[in-house]
Amino acid sequence: MIAFDAVAARYPRQPSLALDGVTLAAPAGQITAVVGPNGSGKSTLVRALLGRLPLERGTITLDGDDVAALAPRERARRVAVVPQRESAAFPLPVRELVAFGRHPHRTGFAAWGEADEAAIRGAVEAAGIAHLVDRSSDELSGGEWQRVRIARALAQRAKALVLDEPTTFLDIAHEMSVFELLASLARDGIAVLLVSHQLNLVARFAGQIVLLHRGTVAAAGTPNDVMRGDILERVYEWPVVVTRDPAVGAPSLVPLRGRRG
Amino acid sequence: MTRRFAIVIGLAALLLAAAMVAGVALGTIPLAPGAVLRALAGQGDAVTVSVVRQLRLPRVALAALVGAGLAMSGTALQATLRNPLAEPYLLGVSGGAAVGAVLAVVAGLTGAALLPLAAFAGAIAAVVVALLVARAAGGRADGRVLLMAGVVVGAFANAAIMVVLANAPADAIRNATWWMMGSVAGAEWTGVRALAVYVAVGGGVLWANALDVDALTLGEEPAAALGVRVERTTRLVYLVSALLAAATVSAAGLVGFVGLVVPHLARATGLRTQRPLLAAAALIGAALVVGADLVARVAMPPAELPLGAVTALIGVPFFLTRLRSLR
Repeated sequence: MIAFDAVAARYPRQPSLALDGVTLAAPAGQITAVVGPNGSGKSTLVRALLGRLPLERGTITLDGDDVAALAPRERARRVAVVPQRESAAFPLPVRELVAFGRHPHRTGFAAWGEADEAAIRGAVEAAGIAHLVDRSSDELSGGEWQRVRIARALAQRAKALVLDEPTTFLDIAHEMSVFELLASLARDGIAVLLVSHQLNLVARFAGQIVLLHRGTVAAAGTPNDVMRGDILERVYEWPVVVTRDPAVGAPSLVPLRGRRG
Repeated sequence: MTRRFAIVIGLAALLLAAAMVAGVALGTIPLAPGAVLRALAGQGDAVTVSVVRQLRLPRVALAALVGAGLAMSGTALQATLRNPLAEPYLLGVSGGAAVGAVLAVVAGLTGAALLPLAAFAGAIAAVVVALLVARAAGGRADGRVLLMAGVVVGAFANAAIMVVLANAPADAIRNATWWMMGSVAGAEWTGVRALAVYVAVGGGVLWANALDVDALTLGEEPAAALGVRVERTTRLVYLVSALLAAATVSAAGLVGFVGLVVPHLARATGLRTQRPLLAAAALIGAALVVGADLVARVAMPPAELPLGAVTALIGVPFFLTRLRSLR
């Protein structure tokens, strides 16, 4: 379980807090989605988890252990994170990019072992990029890149997985396959924390949604609790209608045209 | 990957060996390879033994170490700072070393032991200033800020050199300019041994951090996600690369282009990760500088061409073909 407890954090030389008392928990066995407008603090949560931003208050724990007290590699063995942006400065073969997932497990001069190879094979298989392993990173499409990065996170074999907008560049089929992959990982007992803008997909796949607004939790609960017109209109500052998806029965958001006077 | 590594390293080692043999055999008195080998074993006539063991061998060894040190420094820097234009001299090392050397020359301290010390002190001072500038700018580990700080300190150093030289006597200007053009002439075993220690230790530290540096090429956040201590690794590589460059500069003056070009040549062989790249770059860099020194000696006897000019003259065409392959 990944737990944020009353977390407050601020970017250097910024007057206001980027996170102001955020409490949420992503338990094992389900997808916990973090949604919210641009600048609401979603990516900041990920940065704080990685220790890239010191906390002013609160704690972030992994199965009860404070991440600030964990060695970075130990943390990376327990939670795999796919950050929002990445661009390799020099092209690398896909196989090497996925092999980075074993980095937290390599200490000192520890030899590369069968466990590493097996983790990479499994990750490549699960992410559906077996046909790409010999390609160079500068020959990948945006969607292929994303799946390579997900494969790398899977190769970390961590009990918790955090993804920051992993389907941004993906078409419908690839986006759905990522969501299905995350759902199956959750079924296998992984704690999945997913930052996403895809409210309608999140409403179908997530067990729990946390809606952020200006660094605070505006609403949290099941998709039915959070996907309410009045809440979403207030947070996104845009008129919306929440209907029920006729095919699957999940709440579904429709933004209206024309800004309300 | 491993087979490619073996082939590249084998070829680069052969190239280096050939360059070193030629470097010892050729010169004002050309020697047959057999005579070189006998002289290395201490046999043959006394003049040949002395030429080989006391003049040419230390010179070739120093050239090889300078090339290996600069090439490894550049390889690690380009990856850590995620910038294909990064090179050791951009850290302010060259400018700082030149200020130290010029001050020593102008002050009349041209002793063989003092000039390298002054250059080394200048280089270290410049790197420290660049790091302080970067910290003041808030980018303790930001590759762009670190590079810009180095460039600015280097520019300041160059201005300082011009001010100092503007009022210096003509022979001091000539000495200082000659030093800045780089040379391994007058190499002695003590200097070779000292540089060997720097190159071995520096290369060892870079090798030990190579996996973290590989992760850093993905970006700061992806590296952090993999458990890399981003700030610490960046600063460590920056410092070690600067020390390596400072050591080579104090031993041989400014030998331009090696730190920039050789990492690209190593990458052009198809190697992609730091450890094989460091090994290949060290061998290629060593071969390039040994070869360049040979050309500098034999191209226009009895005059010697400046080593830094020859490395650039050889390196630029290589680099241009590489640029073409990058489109």
